[in-house]
Amino acid sequence: MADLTSKTIAELSQGFDNKEFSATEVVTAYIKNMEQGRKYNAYITETGEHALAQAKDCDNRIASGKRLSMLDGVPLGIKDLFCTKDIKTTAASRILENFIPPYESTVTKNLLDAGSIFIGKTNLDEFAMGGANLTSYFGQAINPIKRADGKEVVTGGSSGGSAAAVAASMCAGATGTDTGGSIRQPAAFCGIVGIKPTYGRCSRYGIIAYASSLDQAGPMTKTVEDAAIMLEKMAGFDELDSTSADIAVPNFTSSLKSGVKGLKVGVVKEFLNGDLNKEIAAAYEESMNILKSNGAEIKEISLPNMKYALATYYIIAPAEASSNLARYDGLRFGLRVDGSSLDEMYENSRSAGFGAEVKRRIMIGTYVLSAGYYDAYYLKALNVRKLIRQDYINAFKEVDTILTPVAPTTAFTIEESKSFDPVTNYLQDVFTVPVNLAKLPAISVPVKMAENSLPIGMQLIGRDFDEETLFKGAYVLEQNNSWSRR
Amino acid sequence: MSYIIKGRTCDYEVVIGLEVHCQVISKAKLFSSASAESGGTPNDHVAFIDAGFPGMLPVVNKFCVEQAVKTGLGLNAKINKKSVFARKNYFYADLPQGYQISQYDKPIVGEGYLDIELEDGSTKRIGIERLHLEQDAGKSIHDMLPGKSCIDLNRSGVALMEIVSKPDMSSPYEAGAYLTKLRSIVRYLETCDGNMNEGSMRCDANVSVRPVGSKELRTRCEIKNVNSIRYLMQAIEYEANRHVDAYDNGEEIYQETRLFNANKKETRSMRGKENANDYRYFPDPDLAFPLVVSDELLEKVKNSMPEMPEEKAIRFVQTYKISEDEAKRLSAEKTVANYFEEAMKEKGSDGKKTANLILVELAAYMSENQIENIYELKTTASRLGRITALVEDGTIGLRIAKELLPMIEETDKEPEAIIEEKGLKQVSDTGEIEKIIDKIIADNPKNVEEYKAGKEKLFGFFVGQVMKATQGKANPAVINKLLKDKLS
Repeated sequence: MADLTSKTIAELSQGFDNKEFSATEVVTAYIKNMEQGRKYNAYITETGEHALAQAKDCDNRIASGKRLSMLDGVPLGIKDLFCTKDIKTTAASRILENFIPPYESTVTKNLLDAGSIFIGKTNLDEFAMGGANLTSYFGQAINPIKRADGKEVVTGGSSGGSAAAVAASMCAGATGTDTGGSIRQPAAFCGIVGIKPTYGRCSRYGIIAYASSLDQAGPMTKTVEDAAIMLEKMAGFDELDSTSADIAVPNFTSSLKSGVKGLKVGVVKEFLNGDLNKEIAAAYEESMNILKSNGAEIKEISLPNMKYALATYYIIAPAEASSNLARYDGLRFGLRVDGSSLDEMYENSRSAGFGAEVKRRIMIGTYVLSAGYYDAYYLKALNVRKLIRQDYINAFKEVDTILTPVAPTTAFTIEESKSFDPVTNYLQDVFTVPVNLAKLPAISVPVKMAENSLPIGMQLIGRDFDEETLFKGAYVLEQNNSWSRR
Repeated sequence: MSYIIKGRTCDYEVVIGLEVHCQVISKAKLFSSASAESGGTPNDHVAFIDAGFPGMLPVVNKFCVEQAVKTGLGLNAKINKKSVFARKNYFYADLPQGYQISQYDKPIVGEGYLDIELEDGSTKRIGIERLHLEQDAGKSIHDMLPGKSCIDLNRSGVALMEIVSKPDMSSPYEAGAYLTKLRSIVRYLETCDGNMNEGSMRCDANVSVRPVGSKELRTRCEIKNVNSIRYLMQAIEYEANRHVDAYDNGEEIYQETRLFNANKKETRSMRGKENANDYRYFPDPDLAFPLVVSDELLEKVKNSMPEMPEEKAIRFVQTYKISEDEAKRLSAEKTVANYFEEAMKEKGSDGKKTANLILVELAAYMSENQIENIYELKTTASRLGRITALVEDGTIGLRIAKELLPMIEETDKEPEAIIEEKGLKQVSDTGEIEKIIDKIIADNPKNVEEYKAGKEKLFGFFVGQVMKATQGKANPAVINKLLKDKLS
């Protein structure tokens, strides 16, 4: 039998329908890969046994021809930020090292209801704060793709474990969350597909919050088609999340392959004229050409306020985080380090429980919300956020989607990252962050191999709730680019 | 009748504003489906969000929103179509999320007012600044286990309305009247049960003083959690005098939070402004959309508004032919008003007499026996109504009616049974009463003489004597007629 773990979700689904293999066989193959791939540190918790038990049920359904969906029997990795009932959920933080949620997040519940199988909880930056999966309490994840010089590089983050797990075929697809690029950037670094849907498309219920107004769940997969299959099941209105959008989820897979003829694609003047890394610029150019040769119309647009996006993001996200993380106080769950008073217990528990980056963001967030600074920082950031969104809305009067790079560089080594100060780290998010601020959907797809043999990703940004156009465009990029043909 | 405190150098008036927290009557909490019922086994009514579990999200309870709107309408206030929930951030053991979801610069209800009645019967309008919705915290219990604190989260997340007045009150009496009126309104609306001793209504008072005639607002102190109307008045009195003493002595008053000690009847400093928390309010991103009060919802609430005290009083005057004063006093408390109307449903009952028995006899009995709710009396509304009907049809006299009330409270028997048992029926038999009158006239020749000489107020003496002789059972109308005839 051919290697089951090299198949896409679409191929697995077809194989199940044709009874070519069983879910148990597929899960067994993935568990083997997962075990062999432990060097990548992609998983915090492996749930192989649990997955095999689930596979039995799937096989019964396959036998009776009653599969629940295309995902029925498909093994998935779940970012360890999604609460999974009775399965340890850590947010890659010491403070939640032994936390077992008594409830299931809506997105994972939707995936379970679709019949998918969870083979493990994937690594991430602590509380999703980071862009290289280096802040995890459980150690960094390693990119399965080696650089030409033989050096190991980072996966990107925060959904680094999910990206590595998909790239190394340790699951058929994975969930991620994206607050400022946490799906798209690791997808680009690891050469896979990832989509951050429109804010409100997927329920946030049961996802451990980083920055509530920016957090959004999405799939990370080998192909664009797989991402469409997964998102269809993950998304949907949820009355348990007041920010969830009561909008029907389209059938993404059916329109996926209809091409980009006549599609108006915007390219960003400020990025073209800016100081893009040469190879990234070349990949940008190549992607434009692919779309153009497939009938799309390329149009230059301007996003004048993008230069404020990073500053805005690094005020709003930490502000929300400082409040969202107040509940980790050692009282009711999670790590407790006793003290001689309540305040001392808080200090001891939170000092021991949180890593440096989380503490940094809590402090920034506390500062920008403080009396006397609120107007100058937080309120101003909220206003700039509106301007950034307005830039996109203006652009979407002229174009249907906007093409930009995902990250300013390819993946770097851990040693290289050590020379970065926090601000350099934050600059990694320059292309991804504005999309979260504007609450728009964007898909990341690998398009080219850089000279260092690492993948370069491009993103397509869409109108509110127009993920369909993104899947169409990304599919064309995927089918015609040099990375996919490697 | 203004309330003035004499200082050494000048006279001072008091400036008072009240912040009242009302627990919203609702089955579920403000943002969770857990029961909002008070009491119960500790930590029994707790949803995961009430305990601040990771990933849990708030979903606003629409009924609580309706209750807030209803209260706003009852306070003649502006209902804000769009309001915003904000997080108030601080660490405490009984605040599981590390923040309280409240409303800050955009509350659901804006400016309004209520009218209070002053000692002299005149009316004063007290402005309402705002009403906002917020979550309650849990309860910390420090004296259950030695060296440990216990947390009960049953109350965590329960909906509260914070109602903030303008600094429009200028005496402890006015503050007491405001709180009484506010309690009456929320009880009428059934948006809060108003029980201060159970903590479902809590009051903080902001107090300052200023020289009479001055318009300045001097430094105020906030007195926390005064849990009865009487204590509120005492606390304000103490606090205002403390301010005057300080100014007299050339001292300063510092803005601070103070606690009232009911035993010592004094306030003491709890925390100064320098120890105040920076709450870092910001709009709650989990409830990012503004809370919208739609026209439909507003209409629905408007249609569900009950008759309020003022309207009720007017109707009582018209329907039951009682005085304006009686009607006002009856309708001040919804329970009393309902009780009155129930009594009036009894065939033959009389408005005036029923009102009088409630406002004088029953009110005195209740205050003597510390009964808060008129419905706890053995004298049910039906029994009272029947009693006044019996007075009306001449079966018993008014005096007997009054005497019946404590007997019913004691025995829980029907009034008719007691009347039968004790032979309390009114005597209207002219012959029998005539005999008694003849005897009284014969026994009191001197009084008869004086009466006939013009000392008319002695008439009452003869009526009293007849009543005494008949143990109050004689029909007063018959007595009057016969006495007049005999003494002329």
